Amino acid sequence: MDKGFSPVGLRVLVVDDDPTWLKILEKMLKKCSYEVTTCGLAREALRLLRERKDGYDIVISDVNMPDMDGFKLLEHVGLELDLPVIMMSVDGETKRVMKGVQHGACDYLLKPIRMKELKIIWQHVLRKKLQEVRDIEGCYEGGADWFTRNDEAHFLGGGGEDVSFGRKRKEFDFEKKLLLQDESDPSSSSSKKARVVWSFELHQKFVNAVNQIGCDHKAGPKKILDLMNVPWLTRENVASHLQKYRLYLSRLEKGKELKCYSGGVKNMDSPPKDSEFNTGHQSPGKNSYAFSGGSSDPKQLASSSVSDPSSDVHMPPKAKKTRIEFNPPISSSCAFESLLPWSDVPDPLESKPQILYGSSFLQQQPLPSQSPYVANSAPTLMEQEMKPSYETSVNADEFLMPQDKNSTVILQDLDLSAPSAISSINVTNDTESILRSLSWELPESHHSGFIDTDLDFSWLQNEHFLANTSGNFQFQDYSCSPSLLSELPPHLWFGNEPDEYTLMVDHGLFIS
Amino acid sequence: MDTLVSQLQRQFRDYTISLYHQGFLDDQFTELKKLQDECSPDFVAEVVSLFFEDCEKLIGNMARALDQTGNVDFSLVGSSVHQLKGSSSSVGAKRVKGLCVTFKECCDSQNFEGCVRCLQQVDIEYKSLKAKLQDLFSLEQQIVQAGGRIPQVDI
Repeated sequence: MDKGFSPVGLRVLVVDDDPTWLKILEKMLKKCSYEVTTCGLAREALRLLRERKDGYDIVISDVNMPDMDGFKLLEHVGLELDLPVIMMSVDGETKRVMKGVQHGACDYLLKPIRMKELKIIWQHVLRKKLQEVRDIEGCYEGGADWFTRNDEAHFLGGGGEDVSFGRKRKEFDFEKKLLLQDESDPSSSSSKKARVVWSFELHQKFVNAVNQIGCDHKAGPKKILDLMNVPWLTRENVASHLQKYRLYLSRLEKGKELKCYSGGVKNMDSPPKDSEFNTGHQSPGKNSYAFSGGSSDPKQLASSSVSDPSSDVHMPPKAKKTRIEFNPPISSSCAFESLLPWSDVPDPLESKPQILYGSSFLQQQPLPSQSPYVANSAPTLMEQEMKPSYETSVNADEFLMPQDKNSTVILQDLDLSAPSAISSINVTNDTESILRSLSWELPESHHSGFIDTDLDFSWLQNEHFLANTSGNFQFQDYSCSPSLLSELPPHLWFGNEPDEYTLMVDHGLFIS
Repeated sequence: MDTLVSQLQRQFRDYTISLYHQGFLDDQFTELKKLQDECSPDFVAEVVSLFFEDCEKLIGNMARALDQTGNVDFSLVGSSVHQLKGSSSSVGAKRVKGLCVTFKECCDSQNFEGCVRCLQQVDIEYKSLKAKLQDLFSLEQQIVQAGGRIPQVDI
């Protein structure tokens, strides 16, 4: 039974040069109650995305398009906008699929695409957000002494990107709310910073600068910024970008280490912690990279929680909890915050913050138990990194991109294991495991079973797509129709493997 | 009592089943029918006509490419075939899709005669499907005009 749900109003951009598919996908996505924008050209898609930087939650694109390779589009979207991208194709060749993964696709759907595959795309969006939040936490690990007031000010005011998941529903752009909280704090700045668009060229400059500095711990944002020589770019921008880049690299490395993306998470030994976070030579800006105004949404979330000048590491969830108090009507939309497995934070925001990182997070992030389901491994990898000590989550050795690496850098947090999650074989089970890995509770059909720290799905609706309940289609023995065979010999009609496609359709392509 | 409506409905059912049975359509067509609703009552017909337009265009491209005697760009033909394959997968045009697989192989191996043959077959096939679907839609219209409901056909 196809028991599923999809959040209403998820903003999807569909890119496909095939008008037939565009029409069908639009209809299917609308049936999922998503907000759909269609586009027949890759360039047009990029234009739309750039025009409304926070206008979309996810992009679905065909691999083959006349004006631009789908993979290129994927890269652009990932680099500039950091949105989850799903690739589609009628061709399911493994190497193409892998190419998609390498370029950072969240998933790769084989045409013809089924409703159930579209119904779960929201999970990619959520996963990405969670990863970003976890990225932020990584910054906290080094201790709070490096955090300065200046960075707070920069960070708190920046961005203001909406994470709104559905305009028709209550918005839970929690960053905004967190920022609102901090407006009561005189030290916070309310100036809004424009979001930095990390174009491919800009990123290349960044990478060149990084490579130039070399493989040591001294590659800090300030140095990189100096080398890049981009006048309007700030150290905070670079710092935030740097962090993403490191995480991307570290994931690549781990992807290599995990030969097969099985559900077991490789237990990482505590990597020799680099001195970055511990030594004094760290410029404040360096460690404030989580808080750059140019960073994406969740990063602001982290910083906004640090309003106290004494600037101990402050837990985002604390802020979130407090946020609920600040904004009572939004309680049902606090989906993301309730996702985070933070322990209860007793202290109000204004008082001395404490480092609460520790066990609560780890406890509630169980290691994946199902082997076919690999998506768990990405978040838990992060967890593993954080676990040994509250230090940097990124191994400094992985920092520098080796010279022989592919020069096309995909900056978004490449979740190599995520796509395997999206198998449509059994939507319910996969959904369950995804949610469990994110320490959510799987909603019952009326999602009333959620409690305390688990995701409040009250803003999610039940299954929207009311499939015609025509039940099972049985192929009847048909004997009395007039012959409609054409003159062509049958063996030419049915192709080589007529079932190839149906097989592919029902199985997720990302096999662990 | 065999009313006009029930006769038409039976015809419709039989015809639909035969199309599936003989491999003209696959379950993607069924999925399309599921998508049709009050908001878009002609959804299937619209999609199908988009497909046939696409067929014409792509077949035209392939024909032109193959016509460059001595200088055929097989990769160009191949890319059109790929597009046709994708397109046919959207409406459940099973035979057309199957032909595309063979066609693609001919392109990959630069088999000119093979390509020409495949092109001819694809042309015949899509036109044949077009005619049959037109018959099917016409049956639907007749049923509705006669005051009946279009039956749901379980394949």
